[in-house]
Amino acid sequence: MMRPKLAVWKFASCDGCQLSLLDCEDELLTVADQVEIAYFMEASRATVAGPYDLSLVEGSITTAHDAERIREVRRQSKRLVTIGACATAGGIQALRNFQDVRAFTEIVYARPGYISTLAQSTPIGQHVLVDFELRGCPIDKHQLLEVIAAFIQRRRPVIRTDSVCTECKRRGTVCVMVADGTPCLGPVTQAGCGAICPSFDRGCYGCFGPTESPNTAALAAWWRRLGASDTDILRAYRNFNAWASPFREESEAHERRER
Amino acid sequence: MSDANGKAEGSRTIRVDYLARVEGEGSLHLGIRDGAVEDVRLAIFEPPRFFEALLRGRGFGEAPDITSRICGICPVAYMMSAVHAMENAAGVSIAGPIRDLRRLLYCGEWIESHVLHVAMLHAPDFLGYPDAIAMARDHGEHVRRALGLKKAGNDIVRLLGGREIHPINVRVGGFYKVPTRRELSTLTEPLLRARDAARALVDRVAAFPFPEYEQDYEFVALRHPDEYPFNEGRVVSSRGIDIDVADYDSVFEEFQVPHSTALHARIRGRGSYLVGPLARYALNSDLLSPAARDAAAAVGLGPVCRNPYRSILVRAVEVLHACDEALRLIAAYTPPDAPFVAVPVQDAVGLAATEAPRGLLYHRYRIDASGSILDARIIPPTSQNQGAIEEDLRRVATACLDMPDDALQGRCEQTIRNHDPCISCAAHFLKLTVERT
Ligand code: SF4
Ligand code: SF4
Repeated sequence: MMRPKLAVWKFASCDGCQLSLLDCEDELLTVADQVEIAYFMEASRATVAGPYDLSLVEGSITTAHDAERIREVRRQSKRLVTIGACATAGGIQALRNFQDVRAFTEIVYARPGYISTLAQSTPIGQHVLVDFELRGCPIDKHQLLEVIAAFIQRRRPVIRTDSVCTECKRRGTVCVMVADGTPCLGPVTQAGCGAICPSFDRGCYGCFGPTESPNTAALAAWWRRLGASDTDILRAYRNFNAWASPFREESEAHERRER
Repeated sequence: MSDANGKAEGSRTIRVDYLARVEGEGSLHLGIRDGAVEDVRLAIFEPPRFFEALLRGRGFGEAPDITSRICGICPVAYMMSAVHAMENAAGVSIAGPIRDLRRLLYCGEWIESHVLHVAMLHAPDFLGYPDAIAMARDHGEHVRRALGLKKAGNDIVRLLGGREIHPINVRVGGFYKVPTRRELSTLTEPLLRARDAARALVDRVAAFPFPEYEQDYEFVALRHPDEYPFNEGRVVSSRGIDIDVADYDSVFEEFQVPHSTALHARIRGRGSYLVGPLARYALNSDLLSPAARDAAAAVGLGPVCRNPYRSILVRAVEVLHACDEALRLIAAYTPPDAPFVAVPVQDAVGLAATEAPRGLLYHRYRIDASGSILDARIIPPTSQNQGAIEEDLRRVATACLDMPDDALQGRCEQTIRNHDPCISCAAHFLKLTVERT
């Protein structure tokens, strides 16, 4: 039987999500038996021409050239799955979206006139049809393996969509907000990481992005009672998933109040 | 991909549009005319991500988490330079178990990142495979051992940092939570096995066919009086630089080149230099663990190695050192009274350099009295090495001109991969992306 062809594509990103595949030390060689790794520049100089059965896309769209390239990737891919906060929500580089990009560029660049970049960093789903979005900055490697397995078996991946809070409950982690008064984004953040931060006595900072219908305003009110300022709340929502609508809207509300 | 169409006699162009097995995206352009290399351009075309701009207005405590997202392969390095810079701004210096845990975390990242590079990204060049997976078909045992060794590094990062990529447990002043002695000791067994695997890796790599080639680099690395450097030390060079990190900017400078989205760096009034394993080793080999030193001697690595292809061997030696150092730190560990030290906020400038797996990583921040970042400057190792890499390419190409294009391209790619450039990092700091003439 022909093994399905897997391709891994990179746009604006840190490479961390695709590295998750190479960090599957116990599973990598098995995965390589099941699928043909046809295009994966971080790992191999050998490439096999498309079309590809499954494309994993990391990174956000920030240049006109990349906006073209993602269309070509889509044309070549039977299934396209985005991996990580950059590809599903624009990533940390989407912080530029809240600024006048020119002013923003001038901060960094001596000759901003030469910079060729789009005004916004946008998720892949804003450009092409996406079959599945895997959350996280970075993604969880077990979820990645589930996604690959599911697509090989032609089924939907089994990925939870409840909140980090439910993962805390399941692993028996004491709530850091209730017990210590530590502000936490767990109630509005999608599960998947295994509730790592609260288990390290730290509030969740939302790296898996918003849950399906998060009550961001109620959580902000709770944070206020714990002593958080508008600036604190603004910064919390405006982070690695800043361009995801619920987080974006909540951060904008606090930006207005800050003024 | 060579293309001689329409070119004058004796002229050829070697182009590598996408460099494989390096982190990030770059390309190489080599112009050869009448038997001479005229043009060497290592272009980094990662789109800019503007980290230095987006850090403005963020809280100083956010710098470690935000800057870790510059690079998925060495997030700990970014976190470490950031926390030290912020502590430097506050005049706080961390000693005792917290400092040791930071070293331990760095050991984990060195092991994970070096083994990824040695066994999966670079070894295939020497053995003639496109990648480690294809290599595993003939050398399954070696690839599996390497994966196990890499995992031992990742286990450290996960236990101490919460996860392998972008750990969550690092904060200015220390950690959110520190492990118990017993938790840490679970790493001992796997690390003892990793140590054996690292020793075997040194021998294995030493048998690779290394091209004859030496380059007279000026090496730059941190130097600490009694430790192989991770987080601290003076900035020293093989040609006499010996300065406090605070003076970095007065000795080193960045400059733009039109063909790349990453800045280059040079020593003021002098030229390019090299950071990374070769430099660290040349300037600190006396401080390696005894076993790492012995292993280096046994495979004929002198106190200084100027053959860049052998950097893979130096990395393997550093992996062994990191295993030893991790074992030593774990054995000596007593948990601190508190997981972190309070770091006061004040209007100040803070800077620090640490040794990322790929070399010196410099951060500098100005913060205001409320703890907001006013400006940030980050100089990753790849930016600093770009000049030296291009000089290597020019010489290598000159020496290998009679090779067919395919072989020449392969050799050039291998030369770049030696230096393990982390292109996503370098490209975040560009000043110029497009040349318009
Ligand atoms: S989502 Fe996070 S981990 Fe993944 S590529 Fe983007 S910055 Fe890196
Ligand atoms: S707890 Fe929140 S911030 Fe921490 S890893 Fe999980 S999703 Fe990310």
